[in-house]
Amino acid sequence: MIGNLDYSTLQQLWWLIASLVGSIFIALTFVQGGQTLIFTATTNEDEKSLIINSMGRKWELTFTTLVLFGGALFAAFPLFYATSFGGAYWVWMLILFTFILQAVSYEYRKKPDNLLGARTYEIFMFINGSVGLLLIGAAVGTFFTGSQFSLNMYNHVSWETPYRGLEAALNPFNLGLGLFLVFLARSLGAMYLVNNIDHEPLTNHCRKAAWINFLWALPFLLVILGGFITMEGFAVDPENGRVFMEKGKYLHNLLAMPAVLVLLLAGLGSVIYGVAATRFLGKDSGIWFGGIGTALVGLAIFSLAGYNHTAFYPSVADLQSSLTIYNASSSKYTLTAMSYVALAVPFVMAYIAYVWKQMDAKKLTLAELTGEEAKEMY
Amino acid sequence: MGEQLLTTVDWARAQFALTAMYHWIFVPLTLGLSFLLAFFETIYVKTGNEEWKKITKFWMTLFAINFAIGVATGIIMEFEFGTNWSNYSWMVGDIFGAPLAIEGIFAFFLEATFFAVMFFGWNRVSKGFHLFSTWMVAVGSNLSAVWILVANGWMQYPVGMAFNPDTARFEMENIAEVIFSPVAISKFTHTSSSGFLLASLFVVGISALFLLQGRHQKMAKQSMVVAAVFGLLSSTFVGLTGDEAAYAVAQKQPMKLAAMEGLYDGEKSAPVVAFGIINSAKQPGDDQPVFLQAVKVPGLLSLLANRDFTSYVPGINDLVFGNSEHNIIGAEQRIANGKIALTELARYKTAKNHGNLVEADAALAIFNQYKDDLGYGHLQKPADAAPPVATTFYSFHIMVILGTMFPLIFLLVLFFAFKGTLEYQRWLNYLCFFSIFLGYLAQEAGWVVAEVGRQPWAIQGLLPVGVANTNLAAANVQTTFFIFLTLFTVLLIAELKIMIKQIQIGPEA
Repeated sequence: MIGNLDYSTLQQLWWLIASLVGSIFIALTFVQGGQTLIFTATTNEDEKSLIINSMGRKWELTFTTLVLFGGALFAAFPLFYATSFGGAYWVWMLILFTFILQAVSYEYRKKPDNLLGARTYEIFMFINGSVGLLLIGAAVGTFFTGSQFSLNMYNHVSWETPYRGLEAALNPFNLGLGLFLVFLARSLGAMYLVNNIDHEPLTNHCRKAAWINFLWALPFLLVILGGFITMEGFAVDPENGRVFMEKGKYLHNLLAMPAVLVLLLAGLGSVIYGVAATRFLGKDSGIWFGGIGTALVGLAIFSLAGYNHTAFYPSVADLQSSLTIYNASSSKYTLTAMSYVALAVPFVMAYIAYVWKQMDAKKLTLAELTGEEAKEMY
Repeated sequence: MGEQLLTTVDWARAQFALTAMYHWIFVPLTLGLSFLLAFFETIYVKTGNEEWKKITKFWMTLFAINFAIGVATGIIMEFEFGTNWSNYSWMVGDIFGAPLAIEGIFAFFLEATFFAVMFFGWNRVSKGFHLFSTWMVAVGSNLSAVWILVANGWMQYPVGMAFNPDTARFEMENIAEVIFSPVAISKFTHTSSSGFLLASLFVVGISALFLLQGRHQKMAKQSMVVAAVFGLLSSTFVGLTGDEAAYAVAQKQPMKLAAMEGLYDGEKSAPVVAFGIINSAKQPGDDQPVFLQAVKVPGLLSLLANRDFTSYVPGINDLVFGNSEHNIIGAEQRIANGKIALTELARYKTAKNHGNLVEADAALAIFNQYKDDLGYGHLQKPADAAPPVATTFYSFHIMVILGTMFPLIFLLVLFFAFKGTLEYQRWLNYLCFFSIFLGYLAQEAGWVVAEVGRQPWAIQGLLPVGVANTNLAAANVQTTFFIFLTLFTVLLIAELKIMIKQIQIGPEA
């Protein structure tokens, strides 16, 4: 069946797959959010350790999803990989630095003779959860606001500013998206901790933190939604592939693709319910609503950027260099072959779910951190 | 000043080499130690003896410390293809991206998911499921090596694709050819087994240190026996796969083989240089001697390269300047062909953009005649087609000499272990401990042979590094190079300090 799909269907399918992986990554940034809560939601070292050990069991899942997101984009949309990573050099490099810092911090923080001291590794985690997410949000924002690049006849990229992508963080929409992600992740992190930890003083703090951080996220959500409704967008003429500016393009996309509008509203509703249920109904399951809702919102955002004759990685320096899911994709052969590979994804998700069901059957307690297995703890 | 001395591509290469070499400090230990953990834990589960649980947990602690920094350095590698090698990412991403994505789907999740169970699941899952998880970490780590080495093997020997002049990139035509390429297979088998070898050296060496210190003797001897058996089997396999890898290099990358052995003028019954000092002033085409000193074994290189003592092995000069007697087209001719291909490609694309289909067809016809040498068109002069000979030569010889020595160490360990006198052989225990460092040296040397020997190509014969890199001011890459250097060095020091402390604490803490 996959072998019979035509090229444009495959390109749309792969945009969906990449978007799905990206959206799941955004939902899993509850790990990054949780990392930033260690300084604000805790009153003592024990609580800090509880947060770090709770997040420490999931950080690799988030990290691996980010790596897969990169791999999927490389395999399916190599021109995006080349243009964005090579072009917006400094944005991606800084994001990577924050993830390097994260990768060692869990393991090294509490180990004796760790050179930098526990506090430094905690700051590393905070940087990853704040600066790292802010920049990822700003980078996603450029899907709507455009970047300063041009491509030559051989599709080799030239960047038109010496800041190599850092200029994106100054755009209010991009900055809004970045800050929205930071606060949303903190709210998700707090909800996750409520679900994963059995330590009432801390979970009470986290219930409040989930709500407060969601409130902080709201103004930035309004910036994003306002942007979608009012901003000019990068439209593609299906007849000749030429890119042109269209007033209200993303609003038109929402109206032209009601499913995306439903995704966006359902996602936001789900997040709101998750936060409210955590804060006001005393429920522990808020993270499921928050996480799934976040993934739905992410899917809606990526769909707005890529579908309905839209350039998903537009250039403001040279409109015709803009990338669409059609001109940036891999060949039909590669997309077909990779689609067969993607059939394995549900099985992968199934064993991950099975393993974590086993592992999270019991909540994390302070006793576990100080008990027989204390040596393995972060 | 720095910009004048070193260009963007030099800094990009330096940065990639730095990242790869740091990454390769940690990965081989992960590849092999994950299996050793699985062996230790299997013995524990089978015997129910708590000693083995203690042994498993001790080595697992060291595994985790090493694993964390391996992950940190690994993420950079994937994204550096985009940031520093964006033209590469576009021109071969259609083929190269696939194994990286497959690696993510099949290997990384397996590794990450079961890693958490292995560390935090002792009291949360059953004994059997925990053991299964430890095995899955080993399988996942090594599956990851499969896919990244499929990708690397394709860089050394590009197959299963064709150049598309319309998109100006290489596109995949046969994924099975990419995955089952002989170079990819020999790369994986050789590299992963060398990881098993290094991990065995690590466990044997740290255990030997305990014996020297008179600490944890029982645990040390038990660990040493398991690791020495694994090490002996692995080093045999490393030897066999090394021979296979060298054969693949001879068949598919003859220039690299010539550099590995410092062979400038091809010959029949070509010798292996058992020991040699390269004349650093030697250039392709000149009359200077290659070696200042050399001990050669006649015929052995011919045997290695073609499975025939008397066969002809081409040298650097033959591959640079051509050799009509042996039907070798040299880089000189191929550069001329490549320049025609590049000119016609540009003419084709311009004509097509202007709707001039007649001219486009004419250009394409000529392009197709010369397209096999397209990559050579980017080289400036014939000698540019040769890699740095001294670096390749010395790295190869260091790797081979050390690789020959390691199985003897494992044999000695097993001999004295079965005699029951291991703890009294202080000289052997010192040798075992010191061999950890030699193991790392051999690992790094192996990578240098593989990657420096591939120069000047990013993709062998198709895409030189000077075209593959991002169009970026050198100062950017220079800055990130020093940031990486500082960061990785600090983290390496932290890793070593933590690891040394854990070894001092030992298994009984």
